[in-house]
Amino acid sequence: MYNGGKIIAGLIIFAAIITSPFLLNIGKADEAPQPSLDTPAINQMSEKKCVESAEFMRTGHMQMLNDWRDQVVRNGDTVYVSNSGQEYEMSLENSCLKCHSNKQEFCDSCHTYAQVDPYCWDCHTDTKGAGQ
Amino acid sequence: MKIWSSLLAVIALVFIAWVGAGVLHLSTFFGIVLPYLALIIFLAGFLLRVIKWGKSPVPFCIPTTCGQQESLPWIKPNKIENPTTTWGVIWRMILEITLFRSLFRNTATEKHDGNLAIGSAKWLWFGSLLFHWSMLVIIIRHLRFFTEPVPVLIQGLEFMDSFLQIGIPLLYMTDVFIVLALSYLFLRRVAIPKVKYISQAADYFPLLLLLGVAISGILMRYFFRVDVVGVKELAMGLVTFRPVFSAEIGPIFYIHLTLVSCLFAYFPWSKLMHAGGIFMSPTRNLANNSRMVRHVNPWNYAVKTHTYDEYEEEFRDKMKKVGLPLEGEG
Repeated sequence: MYNGGKIIAGLIIFAAIITSPFLLNIGKADEAPQPSLDTPAINQMSEKKCVESAEFMRTGHMQMLNDWRDQVVRNGDTVYVSNSGQEYEMSLENSCLKCHSNKQEFCDSCHTYAQVDPYCWDCHTDTKGAGQ
Repeated sequence: MKIWSSLLAVIALVFIAWVGAGVLHLSTFFGIVLPYLALIIFLAGFLLRVIKWGKSPVPFCIPTTCGQQESLPWIKPNKIENPTTTWGVIWRMILEITLFRSLFRNTATEKHDGNLAIGSAKWLWFGSLLFHWSMLVIIIRHLRFFTEPVPVLIQGLEFMDSFLQIGIPLLYMTDVFIVLALSYLFLRRVAIPKVKYISQAADYFPLLLLLGVAISGILMRYFFRVDVVGVKELAMGLVTFRPVFSAEIGPIFYIHLTLVSCLFAYFPWSKLMHAGGIFMSPTRNLANNSRMVRHVNPWNYAVKTHTYDEYEEEFRDKMKKVGLPLEGEG
């Protein structure tokens, strides 16, 4: 090989960059977060269910909250009718956080894991719903 | 035909992933086996291809230059466009790789009032630059799925990419840029007859495959939605060699992952290898120092020579006898 030293050095750097996700995680055990449902309000519920099904909420809660904001702020409509026909107030602090009063163990656990930084908390506080 | 076959190939890949993962539930194959296989093919193929290139000799000193060569001390040389030192070459390579300087000089020849006119044509440069930088940002951004905790650098990049705060989940600017740039690069091949004439399936397919990757990713993020925590768990499992499926992930994820795997596996055997090839180009990576350093052709065999000194030595007596002038005395 011609200029073998330079080429091999370059290839080693390239291989290190490509395999860096593997190299950086050597010896690390990854555990996915388990969002905690252990709050006083949820524990008191006879049937533990959210506004919509857990599967829907897992992938769609952010878009639902965005819709809620638009409905409330732009249309003045504050009542959400769920799939099962039940009515809820469209409010992050009065509906969501009333049950999920543990923002750190619930919201933040997944958001931090997946590196999502929602701007909900630029305006909303997480303490009001907990009645503090 | 070349366009349609390429499009058909990408659609077939999407279909295979959708049927395989969405209908037949072969998530182990599409989520674990295929990505590992693709990465091995990519890495091994890339290394082998570059080593093969490294074995090719460069017979001549052939850098392409477009600046004043270093000559007399009172003539100012262009150290980057016409490098004579290794540092000059390094600077030139950095600028070439990050800013595509040689493509910036792209020209177009057109007829104006019956006369041929040559003018600068920057759209190709701009489209390529937009695509490549978006691609880089997107790849780095994806590392959030492979690191725990996520490094601050990646957080910062993601913050900047989504700082317009459009929609939920926040719109990434690079998502828009990459689709625009790829669409331009594709339409350019289709719409300009001269470019279409020289375009092959090997040109269309990578563009359409990249578009497929980008569009499936965008659909997954903004429209069909998948369980991101489940995705990260799988990604972290893959890089720690303990892959697990704890959550049901939608078929759009497997379509995206399959297209990405195909892109990786296809990379070393295609024109996409220009990523490695740019470093190996003698017209770019050689210093233009042919007036200072002798570039020896590596495949030169030892030529049998007979210099004048040797000649004179051999015929000294005879030359002396007939009175021919001699260079050396003795």
